[in-house]
Amino acid sequence: MIEPRLKPGRFWLLTAAGMAALFGVWTIAALSGITSRTFLPTPWDVLMRLMQLSVQPFVGHVLHEHLLSSLQRFGLGFLLAVCVGIPLALLMAWFRWVDRLMSPLFETVRFIAPIAWVPFAALWFGTGIGGPVLIIFMGAFPPVLINTYRGAKHVDRKYIEAAQTLGAGSFRTMTQVLLPAAVPSIVAGLRISAGLGWQSLVGAELIVASSGVGYLMVKGQAAVSTATVMSGMIAIGAIGVLIDVSLRRAQQAIEARRGA
Amino acid sequence: MRVTTGSRNVFNTLGTVTAAIIVLLLVWHAATAGTGLVSPARFPAPLEVASALEQIAVEGYSNGRWHEHVLRSVLLVTMGFIFSSSIGVVLGLAMGASRKIEAFVNPIFLLLRPIPPLAWIPLAIVWLGLGDAAKIMVIFVAAFVPSVINSYTGVRQIEKPIFEAAAMLDVSGWRYWREVLIPGAMPSIFTGLRLSLQAAWTTLVAAELIGAIAGLGQILNQAAQDIFPAMIMVGMLSVALCGWLMTLALGWIEARATPWRAR
Repeated sequence: MIEPRLKPGRFWLLTAAGMAALFGVWTIAALSGITSRTFLPTPWDVLMRLMQLSVQPFVGHVLHEHLLSSLQRFGLGFLLAVCVGIPLALLMAWFRWVDRLMSPLFETVRFIAPIAWVPFAALWFGTGIGGPVLIIFMGAFPPVLINTYRGAKHVDRKYIEAAQTLGAGSFRTMTQVLLPAAVPSIVAGLRISAGLGWQSLVGAELIVASSGVGYLMVKGQAAVSTATVMSGMIAIGAIGVLIDVSLRRAQQAIEARRGA
Repeated sequence: MRVTTGSRNVFNTLGTVTAAIIVLLLVWHAATAGTGLVSPARFPAPLEVASALEQIAVEGYSNGRWHEHVLRSVLLVTMGFIFSSSIGVVLGLAMGASRKIEAFVNPIFLLLRPIPPLAWIPLAIVWLGLGDAAKIMVIFVAAFVPSVINSYTGVRQIEKPIFEAAAMLDVSGWRYWREVLIPGAMPSIFTGLRLSLQAAWTTLVAAELIGAIAGLGQILNQAAQDIFPAMIMVGMLSVALCGWLMTLALGWIEARATPWRAR
């Protein structure tokens, strides 16, 4: 039998112990002098570096400017994935020939890791904005397409038949029957997409970019400044959580409105 | 009308898939080599890709022949994945089974989980350089989190009557793990392993792209520097093929590990 829940006191005690163990081991390892502090900084050093980065420019920009340029790329790539993915998925769900034509292509492309597009991104766009956007697109596109397609395929046939009896053409069936019915599934897909897109962006910026958090980390790496690299990791994690939380809010709001 | 019927449908699908691939190849050929609509400096023609594949398979490219690059990447991923996910699954099961372990470990996870695996690459390079050690570190991180989380939720999703039956039959100790927890969590464990494998593979390719001596990511990196689009394509298709084959292999193992599940 799974044990009953712990009492709040014990739970928080163990939680605190877990955190203390993590930060304790880290601090002791950093202070023990096995390696230099630049190589393994203490948690405190990382925090100070994070503060410093947000006032003092590093590789041309302060932290929030790097974040802003990352977010801009992310927004563009994500938007593009949504604008292409949803209509294409509706077409695939409605017209069988589109499905048969696109499915094999999509299945092949899906198995290519988004990051493997980096060489083509560099070849086509140089270090411009197009490269990272392409890679985010490749990361964010599959979940949007798959979820929209599944949602549209699971529409109750009665609704489609009713709409057609009432004289709705293909376009109106897709936009007024399939699309609304697929919304919960689409929103779930968007959350996965945003997560994958954000991850791909980080990867892209490590290789093809001249600003952004990923670029900041690469430069930190080149300068063997572990604290800078870790500050980048913290910033990336925090923004990732923020994106996910806001999309979850949106998802809950939509579900509440639909009475689900 | 959309009617799906047993075996005829399989041949039907197979036929259309083949047709779609042929159409795709023809369109690709026509757009690149045929009409020159897409410049060969931007996107390679199918025949160029074939000759690039021949070049790398016979003469070698970027410090090795094709099978050497593939073997290196696949071996690294397989080793890192097995190492990481076996620790991850055990930890996840322990977290699922014990509230105390859960309370102790979970906050550490909540902190580390939002950091994407790719973001560990610069840290791995600072600490361990460009060799295999850094690759194993990033594969470990990438594969660890999904296997822990899914094993943990797997245990928590086991239905109550199963625990009650186990308690009634006085199953405990090693038998409790082997006959209750592990089989009960198995479907979820495999979901986690699949995610782990994908994350490990993507992360390795990215790490090799940033710096490596050999491997599929290194082919991509070298081809990008040489501005050799056909070889880039060969690298990408190889990444996709290996990822697909490894996922298939894992599915095969899953089918054998959970024979009671109807397929």
